[in-house]
Amino acid sequence: MTHPYIPNTDQDARLMLEAIGVPSIDALFEPIPAAVRLHRELDLPPALSEPDLLAHLGALAAQNADSSKVATFLGAGAYRHFAPCFIDQLLLRSEFYTAYTPYQPEIAQGTLQAIFEFQTLVCQLMGTDIANASMYDGSTAMTEAAMMACRMTKRDRVVVARTVHPHYREVLDTYAKNLGLTIVEAGFEADGTIDRAALADAARGAAAVILQYPNFFGVIEDPREAVEIAKAAGALSVAVVTEPVAMGLLVPPGSLGIDIVAGEMQAFGAPVGFGGPYCGVMAASEKCMRQMPGRFVGEATDTEGRKGYVLTLATREQHIRREKATSNICTNSGLMALAATMFMAAYGKQGLPALARLNFDKAHYAREAIVRAGGKAGVTARFAGPFFNEFVVGGLGDASAAQKRLLGSGLVAGLPLGRYYPELQDSLLVCVTELNGVEDIDRLAAALAG
Amino acid sequence: MYPETYKYTNDHEWIDLATGRMGVTDYAQKQLGDIVFLELPEVGKTVKKGDQVGSVESVKAVSEVFAPMSGTVTEVNAALAEKPEAINHDAHGSWMVAIKTSDPAEAQDLLDAAKYAELIK
Amino acid sequence: MTTADHRDQLIFEQGTPGQRGYSLPAQDVPSAPLEGAIPEGLVRREVSGFPEVTEVGLVRHFTRLSTWNYGVDTGMYPLGSCTMKYNPKVNEAAARIRGFAELHPLAPDDVAQGALALMHALVQMLGEITGLPAVTLQPAAGAHGELTGMMMIRKHLTTRDGNPRKVVLIPDSAHGTNPASAHFCGYEVRQITSCARGNLSVSALAEAMTPDVAALMLTNPNTLGMFEDEICEAAQIVHAKGGLVYCDGANMNALIGRARPGDFGMDIMHLNLHKTFSTPHGGGGPGSGPVVAVKEMEPYLPTPVVVATRDGMHLDYERPLSVGRVKAFHGNFGMLVRAYAYIRSLGAEGIRKTAENAVLNANYVRARLRGTYEIPYDRLNMHEVIFSDHKQNEYGITTLDIAKRLIDLGFHPPTIYFPLIVHGALMVEPTESEGLAEMNRFVEAMQQIAEEAKTQPEMLKKAPVTTRRSRFDEATAARKPVLRWKAGL
Repeated sequence: MTHPYIPNTDQDARLMLEAIGVPSIDALFEPIPAAVRLHRELDLPPALSEPDLLAHLGALAAQNADSSKVATFLGAGAYRHFAPCFIDQLLLRSEFYTAYTPYQPEIAQGTLQAIFEFQTLVCQLMGTDIANASMYDGSTAMTEAAMMACRMTKRDRVVVARTVHPHYREVLDTYAKNLGLTIVEAGFEADGTIDRAALADAARGAAAVILQYPNFFGVIEDPREAVEIAKAAGALSVAVVTEPVAMGLLVPPGSLGIDIVAGEMQAFGAPVGFGGPYCGVMAASEKCMRQMPGRFVGEATDTEGRKGYVLTLATREQHIRREKATSNICTNSGLMALAATMFMAAYGKQGLPALARLNFDKAHYAREAIVRAGGKAGVTARFAGPFFNEFVVGGLGDASAAQKRLLGSGLVAGLPLGRYYPELQDSLLVCVTELNGVEDIDRLAAALAG
Repeated sequence: MYPETYKYTNDHEWIDLATGRMGVTDYAQKQLGDIVFLELPEVGKTVKKGDQVGSVESVKAVSEVFAPMSGTVTEVNAALAEKPEAINHDAHGSWMVAIKTSDPAEAQDLLDAAKYAELIK
Repeated sequence: MTTADHRDQLIFEQGTPGQRGYSLPAQDVPSAPLEGAIPEGLVRREVSGFPEVTEVGLVRHFTRLSTWNYGVDTGMYPLGSCTMKYNPKVNEAAARIRGFAELHPLAPDDVAQGALALMHALVQMLGEITGLPAVTLQPAAGAHGELTGMMMIRKHLTTRDGNPRKVVLIPDSAHGTNPASAHFCGYEVRQITSCARGNLSVSALAEAMTPDVAALMLTNPNTLGMFEDEICEAAQIVHAKGGLVYCDGANMNALIGRARPGDFGMDIMHLNLHKTFSTPHGGGGPGSGPVVAVKEMEPYLPTPVVVATRDGMHLDYERPLSVGRVKAFHGNFGMLVRAYAYIRSLGAEGIRKTAENAVLNANYVRARLRGTYEIPYDRLNMHEVIFSDHKQNEYGITTLDIAKRLIDLGFHPPTIYFPLIVHGALMVEPTESEGLAEMNRFVEAMQQIAEEAKTQPEMLKKAPVTTRRSRFDEATAARKPVLRWKAGL
């Protein structure tokens, strides 16, 4: 008996061994020195039939508090939005998900055209000239943007606002350490926006100035100031966007003079999925084209003069330039980019602003409700700055304990910020999207009030 | 095929010592295939013999271009950068940069047309 | 062939103002004023260039696009080095279970026990399969794993000697990601020339192994599909000088259950879950590239690490020697679920048989095509085999022509022009997903092409002819890049 995934029968194997001219399967492994061949079976848990496997996984999944079991108000770089049902059904078209990177354009026009549409939509969304075919995630996209800025300016200092997602800053630090790049952080003001004076001070001689829009606290930074500061310092300006739905309401960074946008497109059709796979992207002005990491899809004509799409400008990449490449990155996030493409096309010109507005309305209602209910108990809106669909609630004493307490009421109240910002031990980062109903919001407000 | 007035390098560059203009040889363009992009240095850059002065890209390959002689870059051929495929049609008429050489003695190490033709046989 | 018609339109050229493909939940809260709430000059007037299309239009558009693709479910995908094996459907169902798909990555550990337990179990299994027990699941792809592994090497040497050293040695047959990853970790790359047998030259290695060498980075089996039979000697040479050996795990599909990299002296390696463990390639990602290492390197794993304690699973962030974080959150968890499902569905015997059949299939193709195509290294290979176009060059036919003609005959082309050390390489990796009947069809197609090379070379130059598009002018595309659609162009 063979396994459902392995077609060769014992009889087939005998015929094939004969054609090869070896006596046994064991003989095929003789190129491996005998001393290091494995002479036992691997110690793995027993094989499960398909029904047993699903039951086992179902039991594991049941131990997790997903959004069907609890009302969740977590965002912080991973957002729950409604993806129309057709998206996941089309992601299951096996011609999409079982295909390889489209190196053979004649039989990959589906992937290639979809990515070309993705690049276009990202440019329109972010207000940039160009966008790549996607990257691992937002944190690595931001880090690659910083490294690109260092190459372009021939400088090795990068300034990043502390209002940028802490994980993103950690990833930047990890990469920078090995390359001898200096990372300088600029703090924030009482209203939750960048400390402009500190930013301007740090920007002198820097390769890049990085901010997040809206920032990690949900506060809407004004990118124009970072653009001015970067320009004056001869640095490139980088805007991180972790919540692309906000672009339905806000003037995009590219239109405000930002040089490079590092985005996380997970919000557009990818499940929060315990952190991945997500969909990073880099979008930028034309001048960055030859220095950009990752893949590009471009227009081309075939021998009959028909229009189509190919991977292009590959000489930037590692398989051609090896150690001189613009990045070591080899893949993109093709399937997630396809999901984002379908999401952007489905919401479209009318829907994205409407979706953004609904997020804005609900978050503003929620913040007001929380402060109204909890004011007497000292619950506050931590930052006065303008915000989109996330905000920080302060005055909770030990925010981790508050979060734990609310789990009992079926609420994941938000993210305790103490781990990332010691000065915000008493604060939760709360996210409200179109998927949080008013009853749950009111329940959260009441529960936070104690 | 290979102009007698030029000198050549083992890395498949040619240089016209009279003008200091240099480019890549016909052999090099054949190896690369359809050329799509040139990377040229800034005017004023000083280079040592063997330093990279630019690169030539085809669709699936990159070839570095090295300075045949030490000196200063006095001109770059911006028109060629706009139409790099000209190298495929006329490699020896497509100069990339001009170098004001600083050490004429280095010319002794260069190959003449006959020696270069021998090299690529 | 039809002329350009609506079926060629981009999504931007479809639909009409007033159409829509979305529906929003009810507005159950009052509308908040924008005035004063958002800074002057930051309120967007419109998202120009976004389409307005119905759901019907969207579904037809993207379904049509899908029909222009070739996937593993379409047919054999003998793409060397990429291991395009079948992607089991139960894995897709598994990843979509709500408790996994709808779980927020920042959910407190107490309410993510099932997800953490799955990660912990996968760590154990990957450690056992490779013989390398220190595991991180965070890297998002193979190259990301390579970079993470190099960072761990750098940290290890710095911690041990106070000096990360300067150089990484890489054989000339390596994937391009290897030198790039070493470079992006701050190392200088030195190439080692392969010996005449296509293997790592141990004498060249011994010569190159100076005190400033941090690591040897190699792929085993190598990109020629050959097991490095002197791997133990190579590892000894590197270790004797205080260096480490990094193994590119791209070809792990040849070894599972038959040999463990940890047993032949590899210190650290990445695995490609999208190759060896059946997670789908998705038309170019997402991948997943866990890193496995010797116990001694555990302190350097990226943060956080899943640890099992008496009161359940926890994410451990307190790791002072960690290289740091390499990605937001916990890695491509959806891919981890799929890989876990795959290993559990096969068990030890089943997963060993994947390697055995992958190796059997590749050797069978080599035996059947001997004499038809040149085989630069004609001896027992592992999971993939390299042919060249040398015999067909006589008729002016190249590897590219052979690859494109295979499309007409119903197969995805092999990897071509790689590794660089073989001129006109065709790298065939059948994987265990193909059976004898399909392999015979592939062999016959290759034989037919070899015949056509002699009799109808002009026809081969035009291939493929059965596809919606013929060969593209990639030179013009690269000279004047058009990377996005613009209205009116």
